[in-house]
Amino acid sequence: MRWFRRNLVVLAGLGTLAYLILPNIVVMVFSFNKPNGRFNYTWQRFSTDAWQDPCGVADLCGSLSLSLRIAAWATLGATVLGTMIAFALVRYRFRGRGPINSLIFLPMAMPEVVMAASLLTLFLNLGARLGFWTVLIAHIMFCLSFVVTAVKARVMSMDPRLEEAARDLYAGPVQTFVRVTLPIAAPGIAAGALLAFALSFDDFIITNFNAGSTVTFPMFVWGSAQRGTPVQINVIGTAMFVLAVLLVLAGQIVGNRRKKTATT
Amino acid sequence: MTTTEAPPAAAPPPSPAPPVPAARKPSARRRLVPYWLLLPGILWLLVFFALPLVYQASTSVQTGSLEEGFTVTWHIQTYGDALQEYYPQFIRSLLYAGTATVLCLLLGYPLAYLIAFKAGRWRNLLLVLVIAPFFTSFLIRTLAWKTILADDGTAVSLLNSLHILDVTSWLGWTEGSRVLATPMAVVCGLTYNFLPFMILPLYTSLERVDGRLHEAAGDLYARPLTTFRKVTFPLSMPGVVSGTLLTFIPASGDYVNAELLGSTDTKMVGSVIQTQFLRVLDYPTAAALSFILMAIVLVMVTFYIRRAGTEDLV
Repeated sequence: MRWFRRNLVVLAGLGTLAYLILPNIVVMVFSFNKPNGRFNYTWQRFSTDAWQDPCGVADLCGSLSLSLRIAAWATLGATVLGTMIAFALVRYRFRGRGPINSLIFLPMAMPEVVMAASLLTLFLNLGARLGFWTVLIAHIMFCLSFVVTAVKARVMSMDPRLEEAARDLYAGPVQTFVRVTLPIAAPGIAAGALLAFALSFDDFIITNFNAGSTVTFPMFVWGSAQRGTPVQINVIGTAMFVLAVLLVLAGQIVGNRRKKTATT
Repeated sequence: MTTTEAPPAAAPPPSPAPPVPAARKPSARRRLVPYWLLLPGILWLLVFFALPLVYQASTSVQTGSLEEGFTVTWHIQTYGDALQEYYPQFIRSLLYAGTATVLCLLLGYPLAYLIAFKAGRWRNLLLVLVIAPFFTSFLIRTLAWKTILADDGTAVSLLNSLHILDVTSWLGWTEGSRVLATPMAVVCGLTYNFLPFMILPLYTSLERVDGRLHEAAGDLYARPLTTFRKVTFPLSMPGVVSGTLLTFIPASGDYVNAELLGSTDTKMVGSVIQTQFLRVLDYPTAAALSFILMAIVLVMVTFYIRRAGTEDLV
């Protein structure tokens, strides 16, 4: 009983972790199911059919590749624009910083459905054709603030004397930026880009409003929830999960090794 | 948060020396650099974030139909009608989002604490496990809850045998021996989906707490619970505030959980906005609804930040 009380925090924490991971395990297990009927909600029997034929469902892989393309472009756009804003905000004092900070904070402080609906009224009023481009515009818009926040945090903790040192050693402004500033800011930029990619790839609400008849992967999943979910969706969910965990772990191993070589 | 920033007008024209390129007096060209850096991104936000809100404001006071077109008639009544017809959905959204936020705080705090203070070399692995669910599409994971909470599933029969469902259905959270398609399922889904948004800010602010403060409190004969109440928790307030905001705001506008795990009795306001906009095509009502939601959230957030009294949120 005393052991139990002493480890209460650990037990509670691990319980929460189990709550977080449980659906991922269910998704994984049910990717090996052979459903009886349209819905993949009850366990029938083991099969690897879906893994052997992940694109076997019409439009599934098309929507997946569309989502990947949109996420890639949205990441590029939001990262470039967001990094520029972050540098301007941290490095310079100028008029209008206050309002600009609010403009960047507001998209994060607004329910997604409000942004989605207002953007749709803009597009309807302008008579824009809903599809790839309207989705891309929307994704860059809502990813931007998150990139700014991530990059800002990193640039703020940067020692400005490093750049002064570079200049004292006769490095030009471009050389200083490419050889000193950028490498130091890189982890922040990478974190921002990763966040933008994940947010864009996973977005449903804003996309649903502004996509017209274009179907991204989350929209395909949403539609399938009504018509009957193919097992292949679980396969793709599992593959993404495993891939992400491997990538993060690989990144950490590389990072640790670098740290070790840097200290010795 | 921007509240800490001095009003921009207060800065006199010979602006305080920029911190980085120190002594040198900035030339006119250098002074323009920040504006060139800001221009594209800010323009993007103005055109695709701020301008749409203006368009939506104007749409909300229009009348007309899809065939004849809409004209601005300053028909404020739309707001009153929308509120009158859909106030149950508004109340429900705030109630569900509020409950989910409290649950996220209660569930997330021990895990954030565990990672920050007790994990040791497992810290990175635990962090990966918190973030990893992000990478499986959240819709897929929400659908997985349908399996977990299924009527003949393990979870439901466990809750049933512990007589928990008797209590919850007495409270009106569940119906009989069902969990799916009840408020409890929706709140469970919301809590699950927004939990990482609570844990990460909590962890960031707990990580900054100096462990020696705990020892100091212990040396002064504070019991663990007192240490937590007087030292750890107050120091983690910035994380608590940003975590609750990051959970409550998106949860109040969410409709995915209510649609996938709930029933028609658990519809949230996001769902109404979506139906009005994309199915019924009643743009003025939809715009008014979304404005009311935005106003409620902004007012609540402002009030909350004042009360919680922490600067430096973002």
